[in-house]
Amino acid sequence: MVNYEEILNMPPYSLDKSKKHEFLTEQLSILTRHHYYNCPEYRKIIDAFGFDVNCIKSYCDIPFLPVRLFKEYDLLSVPREDVVKTMTSSGTTGQKVSKIYLDKETSSNQTKTLVKIVSSYIGAKRLPMIVIDTSAVLKDRNMFSARGAGILGFSVFARDRIFALDENMELDIDGLVQFLRKYEGEDILLFGFTYMIWQHFYNKLKELDLSLDLSRGVMIHGGGWKKLQEHAISPAGFKEALHHVCGINRVYDYYGMVEQTGTVYIECECGHLHSSVFSDVIIRRSSDFGIAETGEKGIIEVVSVLPKSYPGHVLLTEDEGIIIGEDDCSCGRKGKYFRITGRINNAEIRGCSDTYADRFK
Amino acid sequence: MTNLEKYVKAFTDSFEISEDQVSALEYQSIVQWDSVGHMSLIAAIEDAFGIMMDTDDIIDFSSFEKGKEILKKYNVVIE
Repeated sequence: MVNYEEILNMPPYSLDKSKKHEFLTEQLSILTRHHYYNCPEYRKIIDAFGFDVNCIKSYCDIPFLPVRLFKEYDLLSVPREDVVKTMTSSGTTGQKVSKIYLDKETSSNQTKTLVKIVSSYIGAKRLPMIVIDTSAVLKDRNMFSARGAGILGFSVFARDRIFALDENMELDIDGLVQFLRKYEGEDILLFGFTYMIWQHFYNKLKELDLSLDLSRGVMIHGGGWKKLQEHAISPAGFKEALHHVCGINRVYDYYGMVEQTGTVYIECECGHLHSSVFSDVIIRRSSDFGIAETGEKGIIEVVSVLPKSYPGHVLLTEDEGIIIGEDDCSCGRKGKYFRITGRINNAEIRGCSDTYADRFK
Repeated sequence: MTNLEKYVKAFTDSFEISEDQVSALEYQSIVQWDSVGHMSLIAAIEDAFGIMMDTDDIIDFSSFEKGKEILKKYNVVIE
């Protein structure tokens, strides 16, 4: 079985191409066999491909499941009574949502991995944290939406936490000012979804012509650019605009999905999303699903060593992206670095930030 | 209050359970101790002892017993 205790001690960006290939092939082969023998639906799919789970030469050869499958079927590789948490994807009203079943082990490994990856960016010290969202998203504890799960996952880095928005999504200026006064001169963590930060934080501060001092702030945001692309706001424009209203210098985008919680891809100082040793991205050509070259646009496949309670270790997303390079980013992190270019045609809208934005139409 | 009493009180207050239930508790063994409950428990313990735990220790804090071990690192001895 996969030895998670050992794996999770690895520094997150420490393996070069060949070592990482060997590592992922070994771990993902073990997981593929685990799901094959414990999830009847997964077994049917693998058999339909005529794939031999006992002879895997490269993790790139393992058949991928489309993320959509988790909307249509209940897929799990553990007895149902072992499920402690069910996560759901964000989806606009009327869309089916994915259901991801977690047992104790997988759920705890997700949190541990997230901590490993994020603390390599912000340090192990817990910080005062401003969540740019409303506490209302955390109300239903049994069914976690991707939005709530993101907030909760990142809350482990907080030592004191406030929600910047009330339930009507209005910015709580007084609360923010007080919080900033209390932690003056200290690093502050800000977390939220890209579109909400733009709409309810940036736009509001700009409208009120108010400037906050967040020069010691570290912002981590994610959930989709689609809506901001429509407004022609680029990642660089986003950072610049935020710097303008609150002096913040460290703004990191992240890419991640509820189907592979924990193994997030965080933007480095050079503006590239990085894959850690615990996961990888493979870009597939839409014509024949062959592996695209570096610099060539295609559909993003994500693999992760964490999914054990459900067969989500090798997935084809509905996002498009480009690998920029591997092992040689000037930030010094090993592994592939890439960027997201958008959603594949006809894909449903589904980033946390984008499904939220859809309600404003 | 002794350290043990404070420690037990953090659990009973956070999860609204009685004292005789705490000693066998593990993360996710009761519905209240889920990921949301976990953060309230940690906050209650930190307040009770005036400490701040590292993120790794928060993650490892997986049971009533394990918690005692972790708190030793912060010079909080629970007997």
